[in-house]
Amino acid sequence: MLIIILKIVVLTFCVVLPLVPVAVFFERRFCAVIQDRVGPNRVGIPLTLFGFKKDCSIFGIGGLIQPVADGIKLFLKEDFTPQHVRKVFYWLAPALTLAPALITACVIPFGTDVTLFGHTEKLVIADIDIGPLFIFSIASLTVYGIAIAGWASNSKFPFLGGVRSTAQMISYEIALGLSLIPVLLYFGELNLSAIVQQQADHGWLLLPLWGHDAAHPLTEKLLFWFPAAVSFLIFTVSIFAETNRMPFDFPECETELVGGYHTEYSSMKFAMFFMGEYAAMVIGSALIVTVFLGGWSLGFGTDAWIAKLNIAGFGVGGLLHLGIFLAKVLAFILFFILVRWTIPRFRYDQLMKLGWVIFFEAALVNVFLAALIVAAPHLQGAIIAVGALLLIAVTAAIIWVARVSEIKPQILRA
Amino acid sequence: MPSYLFWLFSAVMLIGGGAVIALRNPVASALAVVTCFVGLAGLFVGLSAFFVGVIQILVYTGAVMVLFIFIIMLLNLQDEAKRAKPMTPILAGLGLVVAFVIQLLGVLARSPDTVAPALDQATLAESASALVNSGSIAASGKIATALNAGRLPDVHLIGRALFTDYNLPLQILGVILLVATVGCVALSKKTNPSD
Repeated sequence: MLIIILKIVVLTFCVVLPLVPVAVFFERRFCAVIQDRVGPNRVGIPLTLFGFKKDCSIFGIGGLIQPVADGIKLFLKEDFTPQHVRKVFYWLAPALTLAPALITACVIPFGTDVTLFGHTEKLVIADIDIGPLFIFSIASLTVYGIAIAGWASNSKFPFLGGVRSTAQMISYEIALGLSLIPVLLYFGELNLSAIVQQQADHGWLLLPLWGHDAAHPLTEKLLFWFPAAVSFLIFTVSIFAETNRMPFDFPECETELVGGYHTEYSSMKFAMFFMGEYAAMVIGSALIVTVFLGGWSLGFGTDAWIAKLNIAGFGVGGLLHLGIFLAKVLAFILFFILVRWTIPRFRYDQLMKLGWVIFFEAALVNVFLAALIVAAPHLQGAIIAVGALLLIAVTAAIIWVARVSEIKPQILRA
Repeated sequence: MPSYLFWLFSAVMLIGGGAVIALRNPVASALAVVTCFVGLAGLFVGLSAFFVGVIQILVYTGAVMVLFIFIIMLLNLQDEAKRAKPMTPILAGLGLVVAFVIQLLGVLARSPDTVAPALDQATLAESASALVNSGSIAASGKIATALNAGRLPDVHLIGRALFTDYNLPLQILGVILLVATVGCVALSKKTNPSD
C-alpha cells in the first residue's frame, strides 16, 4: 500500500508533472530558435535581491528558471470570476481537464525493475493487462473539462470552442483506437510492460533490427513495418488532434475564437487548462514512445545487460531505463513543438475530412493488412505491395488535405 | 474487492443516479449520469472485470454521454425548473420501481446463496486445466499460461468467447449496426428539390 502511494507520488508528481514546465520552457526556447529570436534567456535565481553581486544561472544556461517565474506569475494573478458564468461548472471544469491526464500516467511503464534494500519494484504504478484501453478511456474524459468550460462560461466564443472540441475529440478517438489495433494484433498483448519487454527483446516496432529467432523471423518483422508505419502516422496525428495542439488547436484558436474555451478564465484556473494540455502532450508522447519506439529500451540487445546493472547491491538498471525513456519522451515533445511552430492551422472542415474520410478508412484497411501479415506471412510480395501503396496513399491524402486550404472554400449546405 | 470500495462505488452510483432525476438542469443531469457510469465501472473493476469496466467508461462515458452533452448544448435546452410536476408520471414511475424490486426479491430468494470462489492461483489453474481438457484452449497458449501464473486474462477470454462461441451473433450484430449507420445517413441527408 505504502509502496503504491510512494510510486504514485514519485512517478506522477516528481516525473510526469515536472515534465510540464520543462515542456513549456522547451516550447519557448525552441520556438524562439525557429523564429530566429533569442527567447527567454535571463531568468536565473535572483541572488542580487539578497545582496549578492551576481544573479545565479544554473549550468550557465540563462532562462532555466523561466517556468518557475511563469508559475509564480499565474499563481499571483487576480483570480477573477465573471458575473455571468455558471459557477459550479465553471469551477469544476479546470480540474476535469487536468485530472484525467495525470491519471493516465499510472499505466505507463517508466523502466525495468529497481532493487533497493533487497526489495524489487517495477517502475510502473499499475501493471494492468489493459494498458492502452485504460489510457483511451480515461483520456476520453478530458473532453468533459473543455466542453463544460465552454458551456459554463456562458458567452459566445468559449461556447463555440467547447462545441468544437467535443466534435473533434470524438472524431479522432475513432482513428486513434483503430490505428492501434494492428499493433495489438502483432503483440497479442494489452499489457504495456509486456509490449515494451517484447520490443526490447525482438526489436522496436519501427526499428526491428535485432533479436531474430524462430518465433520472430526478420522477414515477418520487416513486413509488419508497413502497417506499423501507417499506424504510427495515423496515431501520431490523432494524438495531435486529441491534445488540441497545433495544427489542430480549434477549441482555442486565437484568430477565430479569442481564446476559445478558456477565454473567461484567469489565474490558476487558466493555468490548470494550460497544464492539462501539456500533461496530455507528455502522456501522448509517452504512449507513442512506449508502443512504437521501444519505451524504456535502448535497443540492439543491450537491455538485458542494463537491467542487470547494479551498484553496491542496488539495482540501478531500472533508473537508467527511466532516463532513456525520459530522453525519448523529451525528444518526442520537441517534435510536437517543432510541428506546432512550422505547420499552419487547418480549417475546421479540413480537420473533420481528414479524420472521417482519410484516417478512418486508412486505419480500417491497415487492420486488414496487419491481420493478413500476422495470419499468412507467406504472402510476402502481395502484402509488401499493398502496404507500400497504402503508405503512399495515406501520405498523399494528407498532403492533399493540407493543399486544399489553398482552394477557395465552398459554401456549405446546412 | 475490499467491501469498503464496494460501498464507496455503490454510493457514487446511487448518488449519481439520484442526481439525474433530482437535478433540473439538463447538463447537470447528464454529468450525474457520467458519475453513475464511473461508479459502475469501479464496481466492474472491483469484480476483476477490467475489460468490461474500461469499456464502460470508454463507450458510455467517453462517447455516448459526450454526444448527449453535445446535443443538449447545441439545442440550448432551458432549465426545466419552472415546469409543474404532474402526479401521474411520478406515480407510474414509483409503481414500476416497486414491481421491479418485487421481481428482484423473487429471483434472489430462489437463487442459492453460495460464495463465489476466490480468484487465487489454485482456482485459476484449475479452470485452466478444465478449459484445456475440454479442448477449447491450447495447453501452451497465452490464456493457459496467464491462468497458470495466477492472472486473469479477461480480454483474451472475452475475445475467445466472442469469436468462437458467439461468432455468428457477432457478425449479425455488425451487419445490423452497419444497416443502422447507412439508414441514419440516408435519413439525415435532405434531398434538395432544386437538384
